[in-house]
Amino acid sequence: MNAPIVHPADDDLVLHYYDEGPAGAVEVHLGQCAACRQRFEALRHALASLTPETAVPAGAPAFGPAEVERAWRTLAPKLARERTRSRLRGVMLPLAMAAALVVAFTLGRRWPAPAEDPARGSERVLLVALGDHLERSEMLLVELVNAPAEGPLDIGPERLQAEELLGASRLYRAAATRAGEPGLAGVLEELERLLVEVAHRPSPISSDDLARLQRRIDARGLLFKVRVLGARVRTRQTDAIPGPAAVS
Amino acid sequence: MQDGDSDAEAVARVRAGDAEGFRVLMERHGANVHRLALRMTGNPQDAEDVVQESFLRAYRNLHHFEARARFGSWLYRIAANCAYDALRARARRQGRIEPSGEADGPFDALPTGDPGPDRLVAGAEVRRRVQAAMARMSALERAAFSLRHLEGMATAEIAAALGLQGEAAKQSVFRAVRKLRDALADQARPAAGARG
Repeated sequence: MNAPIVHPADDDLVLHYYDEGPAGAVEVHLGQCAACRQRFEALRHALASLTPETAVPAGAPAFGPAEVERAWRTLAPKLARERTRSRLRGVMLPLAMAAALVVAFTLGRRWPAPAEDPARGSERVLLVALGDHLERSEMLLVELVNAPAEGPLDIGPERLQAEELLGASRLYRAAATRAGEPGLAGVLEELERLLVEVAHRPSPISSDDLARLQRRIDARGLLFKVRVLGARVRTRQTDAIPGPAAVS
Repeated sequence: MQDGDSDAEAVARVRAGDAEGFRVLMERHGANVHRLALRMTGNPQDAEDVVQESFLRAYRNLHHFEARARFGSWLYRIAANCAYDALRARARRQGRIEPSGEADGPFDALPTGDPGPDRLVAGAEVRRRVQAAMARMSALERAAFSLRHLEGMATAEIAAALGLQGEAAKQSVFRAVRKLRDALADQARPAAGARG
């Protein structure tokens, strides 16, 4: 008894066309089966219609020297802004470290804070740096929460940002712990875990992975907590501070 | 001609703070990036935006670029990803639900006789049909299919460039092929009927 003839599926023919299928079997079958040869020929005709020429609109501009010049004029200012941002980031991390030392000192001592307290300037520096840190973290969280979870997404810039924020966040958290500020330390610890996760995610991130990340931010109310904390820090920046920065 | 060593020199200049080095890279690779972007998006304005975004992303991530690698290949993957993002952004702007439905029917739905696509391949009508078919594809299907068919990338390369699993890239190509075939078949049937 002869074995039933198995005709290749449409997808197998596509793979065969692109030389990606299992070599041999389809080729042999096409040699023996006129109907499948006709199917394959129809596929070949359809695919032959898509060429580098037909894929683009008629008269689409080339990218010659004039276009390069125009593109460069647009790009150059963006690169300059990137350099500025990069330099700022280079300055911000040491500043954050310095501020963390200040918080360790100022909050750790818990001195009474008369209006003339000479340490108040240092504390303001700390609060400005911490406020900036929380604001940048909030922006990152907002970007992630609002990212469209409909397919792979390039999160390269977000990963870099998370890496940058991570170092400062660790210092602030350690300082807050030492200063006996468990509320502040707790939020910073949650933020730190999330930053680690973002920094270590592959880019592009899959839609499932991104959705998991978004659920995690949402489930813990992290964005809300960071916002509240940021608002309190900003309030403290403008207030007279009689005691330790109880922002938790 | 792309010169890997010269690219490495240009990258080194940029890393040393000389932005003009990046202009050299754009002069060398801009046309390739634009060509890829235009084929993938089918839209000149989107293609220009993709060129900008690709070079900007490359600049931002230059510290991740390994000197041993080929800058052109690295940039090409970035550009493919940017073009895919542009396609998705366009779909969002148009408020389109990304279709992923399967098309029915075997390939022999497309008549192989006159006036088949081969006969019309150089004509405006085929261009119109092909572009209509491409417009019906989802961003993912169009991106994967363009990279497979027009850029000659293997499934694994497509998956890496678009951040997909290999199977997802393959299925996207299959769906895109069906849509192209169906669009051409829809057009071919009345024409065939008109002859008879």
